[in-house]
Amino acid sequence: MIAHADTIPKQRHPLIAFLLRWLLTTNHKEIGTLYLCLAFLLFFIGGAMAMVVRLELFQPGLQFTQPDFYNQMVTLHGLIMVFGAVMPAFVGLANWLVPLMIGAPDMALPRLNNFSFWILPFAFILLLSSMFMEGGAPNFGWTFYAPLSTTYGPPSTDYFILGVHLMGVSSVLGAINVMVTILNMRAPGMTLFRMPLFVWTWLITAFLLIMAMPVLAGAVTMMLTDRHFGTSFFEASGGGDPVLFQHVFWFFGHPEVYIMILPGFGIASQIIPTFARKKLFGYHSMVIATIAIALLSFIVWGHHMFAAGMPLAAELFFMYATMLIAVPTGVKVFNWVATMWRGSMTFETPMLFAVGFVIMFTIGGFSGLMLALVPADFQYHDTFFVVAHFHYVLYPGAIFGTMAAVYYWLPKWSGRMYDERLGKIHFWTATIAVNLTFFPMHFSGLAGMPRRIVDYSIAFADFNMLSSIGAGLLGLTQILFLYIVVKALTSGEKVTDAQVWEGAEGLEWTLPSPAPLHSFETPPVIEPDDAHAAADRA
Amino acid sequence: MTRNGIRRVIATFGQLCSIVLVIFGYSQAAVAQVFDMREGVTEISQRVQNLHHISLGVCVVVGIVVFGAMFYTMYAHRRSKHPVPAKFHESTPVEIIWTIIPTLILIGMAVPATTALIDIEDNSDPDITVLVTASQWKWHYQYVEADIGFFSNLATPQDAINNLIEKEETYILDVDNPLVIPTNQKVRFLMTSGDVIHSWWVPDFAVKQDAVPGFINEAWTRVDVPGVYRGQCTELCGMNHAYMPVVVEVLPEEEFDAWIEDQRVAAALAGEQAVADRSRTWTMDELMPIGEQVYIAQCATCHLPDGAGQGIRYPALAASEIVNGPVEGHIDRVMNGVADTEMQAWAPQLSDRDIAAVITYERNSFGNATGDIVQPLTVFESR
Repeated sequence: MIAHADTIPKQRHPLIAFLLRWLLTTNHKEIGTLYLCLAFLLFFIGGAMAMVVRLELFQPGLQFTQPDFYNQMVTLHGLIMVFGAVMPAFVGLANWLVPLMIGAPDMALPRLNNFSFWILPFAFILLLSSMFMEGGAPNFGWTFYAPLSTTYGPPSTDYFILGVHLMGVSSVLGAINVMVTILNMRAPGMTLFRMPLFVWTWLITAFLLIMAMPVLAGAVTMMLTDRHFGTSFFEASGGGDPVLFQHVFWFFGHPEVYIMILPGFGIASQIIPTFARKKLFGYHSMVIATIAIALLSFIVWGHHMFAAGMPLAAELFFMYATMLIAVPTGVKVFNWVATMWRGSMTFETPMLFAVGFVIMFTIGGFSGLMLALVPADFQYHDTFFVVAHFHYVLYPGAIFGTMAAVYYWLPKWSGRMYDERLGKIHFWTATIAVNLTFFPMHFSGLAGMPRRIVDYSIAFADFNMLSSIGAGLLGLTQILFLYIVVKALTSGEKVTDAQVWEGAEGLEWTLPSPAPLHSFETPPVIEPDDAHAAADRA
Repeated sequence: MTRNGIRRVIATFGQLCSIVLVIFGYSQAAVAQVFDMREGVTEISQRVQNLHHISLGVCVVVGIVVFGAMFYTMYAHRRSKHPVPAKFHESTPVEIIWTIIPTLILIGMAVPATTALIDIEDNSDPDITVLVTASQWKWHYQYVEADIGFFSNLATPQDAINNLIEKEETYILDVDNPLVIPTNQKVRFLMTSGDVIHSWWVPDFAVKQDAVPGFINEAWTRVDVPGVYRGQCTELCGMNHAYMPVVVEVLPEEEFDAWIEDQRVAAALAGEQAVADRSRTWTMDELMPIGEQVYIAQCATCHLPDGAGQGIRYPALAASEIVNGPVEGHIDRVMNGVADTEMQAWAPQLSDRDIAAVITYERNSFGNATGDIVQPLTVFESR
């Protein structure tokens, strides 16, 4: 089990040896585990902040927080969930799964891999330490619009800027590693169009990361120089433009939202065929649709800014481009349904989460299409309708996707099975809680409730109470999930079969369970009668 | 399906939803009020609501088809009923069909959206122009033609926010001076901001436009129905973002003209009152209650009612160096504010008397006991 038994001197204290092992590991499986653990820890911290927000919004009036602290919670919740929970979780899954799926012995750049993980704890310590500083944590929303975040930002904004820089470095390095691994380390015979969909979606995500994260780095650097070095990028009185900030931010921000969903598409595309016992329908169109979504993601950023003052021609362009995204997204959903069609389905926990993913992500997609229509967007923009929309895409999308992946591959990773009955309870309570939390937000938004407000008109009280009750339940399901995972790892039934799931296909299922620390040291042989090869011939 | 056919499907679905909700004890009007986008009171707001219905209807119909197929297959093709899975996994014609059909539906949705948008963006030929200037956390309305202007502040008492008294129907949606506009006239709004970005939104007009410092955005409305319409700031603008309501009172044209005349007279009277105020010496007992009122309305949200402040950005006034230091420094801070912070310049917002009173109040409250009385004349001379 010990990775560097040879390199670590034997006389060290066991605790130090343990810490050094995890600090210095270059093994993709161990780094994957580190990423997943960090993501889960930050998911709890970000979730606790959401609980504070929902507690405050349980009733109108100020109950538990002061407005400034509330804004800090809203800001940190968003930043931590985006950069601390979803993105590291996906990088963790990529670390674990990409080498196994393409038959590589490890990631292409193992030391870089270690480095890109260990940047993250420092980045989040910087960000979270701002809570204890004079003037409080960043309080300007995760979108940190200038000049609220520049001229008017609290002193801790500089820690936030440095933290975001570090997160960006980590993401870019991680993305380079995934991309280089996929492009160079595939087993012989594993052509690009034989790669599993999860690998494809991560390859495309890696491109998005490398293109988008430097733009974010540019935005926060301009903020820093505006704050301290006398520039006026975003300061109108110095000849700058506050709206420029929004253009730069959303040029990063829109690809970012696909960074947070494409790997989820990949996960659903692995799990649904397994439990439908039928090949993924339309493999090639799935790949092409993903590429189309990724390309479109770079020309739709303006749809976040329709109310910021935009000429008619630009509004029309961004509206049409945004509506167009519905086409490849629709193709993906239709392909998943066609994969299930006339299969032979069973509904173990991973399948439940994958199906929940498809249905609820689609609901979020629908509201996304509605938001694209500029005249209607003037009514939806910056209301709880938007909050409902992106939580439908992110929670049942990114989070359900990650949970589906954990249930699906945990037996392969650990050699132990989770408790199926508890897994099903987890799925159903989470599904009820997600809908109870986020569905009423559509209505409070339509009724006129702006987002990011600490207090609201009594007209919105009923919907907010429902959302808060749902959020409390949703918080409890996380504890259940933690219990299920810990129980599986400590006392779960041992899995001996390499296959684990009878319908599963892919190289990872040819390895014994649990997967040995070093796998595919000799490249596997890709079967010529592999389904995709047959598809290639046809 | 014909256009009417689609409309019928949407209408039927809407009816069905309403019936379900009516069964659960909601009246039909209440259902529309609670679950629908607001219809509003302008032609544009009604077209926007219609667009919302169209897109929601399309989503619901597509959702029923797709989710219907999913639930059917999950039921019919589960292993116990369908033990042997089919082998198919690719079909180019099917992929083409489900690429083209959504594209056509999208084009169908883009047409009404485009025509509505072109009309919304037509800011030409206004009858009246109002310059809306946002600042933390209030609106200033300037009638460009009539040359009158005033601030519009939250009027909900702090005690209601702190749950000490009952909340009214218009809780946090109430202001001291609403924007007043006439019916049946095209009112153009020019939006800008003095500090951070705010956003001016009245749902019943379907007007939402960001107020960006250093830039001017345009929007317009034409309201047919007199009444009071309420909205809120919709761009996070700092601590009291939630407490920045927009209230618009729409008056019939003749009443509006009379209101403008009243405002002119009131401005003249205020000028005379100011002259009278600064031409006599005020006592501590006169200034303190006025100062307390002004303090609670304008200062207490940041500095708190007991002057304790909230950290370094909103410093305490109790035992403060400025409040207990020379009077000139205190007057300067209140009148001119601190650049690039939430501490604004109050000189343009408050009368000489109110500034004198609030400074007097601050210097003799929260444990501060300077004994200083600031006269309106002193404030006038500092302007």
